[in-house]
Amino acid sequence: MIFARIVRRSRRDHDLAREIAAHFDAERAENIARGLTPEEAERRAHIKFGSARRVHEDLWQQNSIAPFENLAHDLRYTLRTLVRTPGFTLTAILVMALGIGATTALFTVVRSVLLNPLPYPQSSRLVSLYESESVSHSPSPWMPVAAGVFKEWQRATQNTAQMALVSPWQGYNVSASGGQLPESITAAWVSWNLFRVLGVAPALGRDFLASDDQPSAQATAILSNSFWKRRFAADPAIVGKIIYLDAKPHTIIGVMPPSFDYPWPKDQLWTPASHDAPSDLMSAYGDHNFYVTARLAPGVTLAGLVNQIDTVQRRVKLAHPEPPVHNHAVGRSLLDSTVEDFKTPLYTLFAATFCVLLIACLNVANLLVARSAARQRDLAIRAALGGSRWRLIREHLTESLVLSVAGGALGLLLAWAALAWLQHSKIDIARAQEIHLDWWALAVVIAISVTAGLAAGFSPSFSLHAGQLLETLQSSSRSHSGGRSRARLRKALLTAEVSLTVVLLLGAGLLLKSYQQLRTRDLGSTVDNVLTMQFSLPDAHYSAPTQKVAFFEQLLARVRALPGVAAAGISSALPGEGWGGDVLIDIPEHPPLPKGQGIDLMHRGADPDYFAALQIPLIRGRYFRNDERLDHAKVAIISESTAKQYFPGEDPIGRHLGGSDVGPKYYEIVGVVGDTRWKITQPMRPTVYLPLFEGHYGGVGIGVRGNPGVDIEALALPIQKIFGQLDPDLSVANVLTMRQNIGVDTLQDQFNSILVLAFAIIALVLAAVGLYGVLSYLVTQRTGELGIRIALGAQRVEVMRLTLVDGLAPVLIGLLLGLAGGAATVQLLREMLYGMSPFDWSVFSTVVLVLATAAACACIFPAWRASRLDPAQALRTE
Amino acid sequence: MGRNEPLSSDMLKGTLDMMILRTLSTGDAHGHTIAKVIERTSEDVLEVEQGSLYPALHRLEDRGWLSSFWGASENNRKAKYYRLTAAGRRRLTLEAGRWRQMARAIHLVMGEHVTEEGAE
Repeated sequence: MIFARIVRRSRRDHDLAREIAAHFDAERAENIARGLTPEEAERRAHIKFGSARRVHEDLWQQNSIAPFENLAHDLRYTLRTLVRTPGFTLTAILVMALGIGATTALFTVVRSVLLNPLPYPQSSRLVSLYESESVSHSPSPWMPVAAGVFKEWQRATQNTAQMALVSPWQGYNVSASGGQLPESITAAWVSWNLFRVLGVAPALGRDFLASDDQPSAQATAILSNSFWKRRFAADPAIVGKIIYLDAKPHTIIGVMPPSFDYPWPKDQLWTPASHDAPSDLMSAYGDHNFYVTARLAPGVTLAGLVNQIDTVQRRVKLAHPEPPVHNHAVGRSLLDSTVEDFKTPLYTLFAATFCVLLIACLNVANLLVARSAARQRDLAIRAALGGSRWRLIREHLTESLVLSVAGGALGLLLAWAALAWLQHSKIDIARAQEIHLDWWALAVVIAISVTAGLAAGFSPSFSLHAGQLLETLQSSSRSHSGGRSRARLRKALLTAEVSLTVVLLLGAGLLLKSYQQLRTRDLGSTVDNVLTMQFSLPDAHYSAPTQKVAFFEQLLARVRALPGVAAAGISSALPGEGWGGDVLIDIPEHPPLPKGQGIDLMHRGADPDYFAALQIPLIRGRYFRNDERLDHAKVAIISESTAKQYFPGEDPIGRHLGGSDVGPKYYEIVGVVGDTRWKITQPMRPTVYLPLFEGHYGGVGIGVRGNPGVDIEALALPIQKIFGQLDPDLSVANVLTMRQNIGVDTLQDQFNSILVLAFAIIALVLAAVGLYGVLSYLVTQRTGELGIRIALGAQRVEVMRLTLVDGLAPVLIGLLLGLAGGAATVQLLREMLYGMSPFDWSVFSTVVLVLATAAACACIFPAWRASRLDPAQALRTE
Repeated sequence: MGRNEPLSSDMLKGTLDMMILRTLSTGDAHGHTIAKVIERTSEDVLEVEQGSLYPALHRLEDRGWLSSFWGASENNRKAKYYRLTAAGRRRLTLEAGRWRQMARAIHLVMGEHVTEEGAE
């Protein structure tokens, strides 16, 4: 009804006109009847009625909802002014869109990955439990758990938690079948109750039962949804069929739902641990191969549970004082354990985008101040004519709101595109498949847009002091002193912008330098023209050491015979390809270590030509010999850091090492080789090499170095054919060049550093543009003054200096503030930097230099223009 | 204070609506007549500010207390006539009651004082 009134307003207005006309007629007639002349009658009638227009307006307003009316009016006015200055409008909208888009995208990622609950029922009750050497949260207390220890924990906590075991880093060789090639897959050993603890049931078939999780049980496996679709074409009758894993038949009993990807997204199937893992592993106290996932019983807290198992763990340690058994137990929520690695990088990026958003706001505020300066006189006249101050402020707000809302809409598009790209590029982030824009993101866009709009709109309003009206009106005729307060405001905004930019530049510089160092880091072996692949000889076909050795020898002989191959070597873990295993050893020539201590070394098997093939330098002694194999393999090679650390001041050659981890015998050290890294992002670790031809190693990697000029990737196929000829049922995995391998490990760092750099560059450009704008404005403001100075004989250089100082002062303050703020914030980056201090003087000085250069470039043109002023022209501009 | 000087419009605010309703309770009328009737019956003390008469009429119509129609005026021109609706009549009773209460109360308070001041 009320709207009908508004809509029909014009018709009613017309009615009213007729009504008023009738009134005048009546009044006039009455006056004439009283004996007045017609003119006088008319005049009296008008005097008596007052302003008919006023009545019209009153009624019009009475029939409108004032706030809407005003809003519509403001909007129309704003749109008209914005369209009149398309350059300004586009710049402002783009700047806002960048800030809002980046922030929204990162917000969505942070929320989806770090904050949203995991996709399990009552997931807040799920926790991960670990062994630990200390209870303090020093670097990374989260050590894997031994199965024997797990059983003790489980026994003690039957009323407080359901506990399950999972060993994520397992793999199987799936035999060729039904016309399919053999393939290597990643899999996990689990205790039978893992899926129940998580609260997820198979989509097809049945869950594991306690009876499946026995050494004597029939072998069973549950498939992941993607593996089922890919390898079995989503066969609905899959349950009950046989799959050959490492040449052993397993009955497929179920398929998990599509979204299920615990513990790792790449896991293709799950098998019961007690059946598939070696039985000694399942009762060991010192062999840490598992993670423990638990669901807290109602009323039990994580701290309570950890307390309980910590007590158990200390009892275990008393009963088994050997070094590998840990002293303590610790725990954290399952969510934390899933996303812990991504917290710092994601929050860092989020902070960076927030900086960009702030800078965008400051920039738009700056642009608005500049505009209001240009419209100063117009505004002053309006204020003098009675335009209310609120009305003028409202206009500013409407303007910046329109800009930021338009920017927000565009930003939403940008965020959507960025997230689509993120998913497409398959950045290795946990829960990446859960990232998508939702209502929350939309709410954030709206909230940011409005807040940013208000923030950017209010600051120029500060300069709209009613008291300055007269001054403004006067100054606009002689603009020598005008706009000072506005300039001060712009300088303040600029200072804030510069300091934020400095912080961003510092962060970007550090991340970039760290990434560069990582790229040029020495792996310890050659990385050029080396092709690597991994394979695993299943125990079912290669149970005897002789069988394994025979396979390795044949493989190496055939690969080395391929044209283009310079050398080839096999190791249980190639440099940069992962942990590969460690051992605790002792040195019989040395005094025995105190109980509870051992020497922890990385452990690799290597063939005699491995070191030469990968160009790992021999420092002392010799390599393995070909006849040091099987029972004659009583020799070991250690890395340089092992020699330095454990044989200080003595010659390790001829010493022995051994321990329960490497079997009953002791190995004589025959050589010292250069250090290698097990992962490019990690520090070197002392390593021991034992002969591969001892025949104890099943899962290995082969590294093939090509002759110079040979395209090593072209050799991948011939080598895979050799595998096929030797064993048609064997698959190879991770066929990658060494460089690609390193690239995968550094991808995340590349991503982070490039993104922050991009943000920093945006910030720098915005700051430079802002600086240029402010200084140009100042020069325009002072045209008259400068003109007089020049006319009175001021040196042009002096004028230029004056202007430059004016512009560079806020830069200098901003730079100092930024450096101070940066010094505090880069501390937070420490975790993301490899082997360098966050206080890297070269990065700090580069940032200062870059900023100073950018600022100088932005200032030089306005300053130059000021110095070129033609005084006569300048004085006439008024 | 001159006897015939019109009362300030402030005094009329709020009572104008009531007086319009009262005027229309004796029969339909157009705006000019309504203003005249109010002036005459108040012995020219209340001069209706014509500028506020029409917004008031429209407001009362919007609230459903008046209805309107176009008819011929005394001098045979088209004029907009207003008529009291049933709801308007109820409203008038209500407001008149309230007014009487108020007037009595004001009279009780002011009664003596007016004569005193007159004596000065």
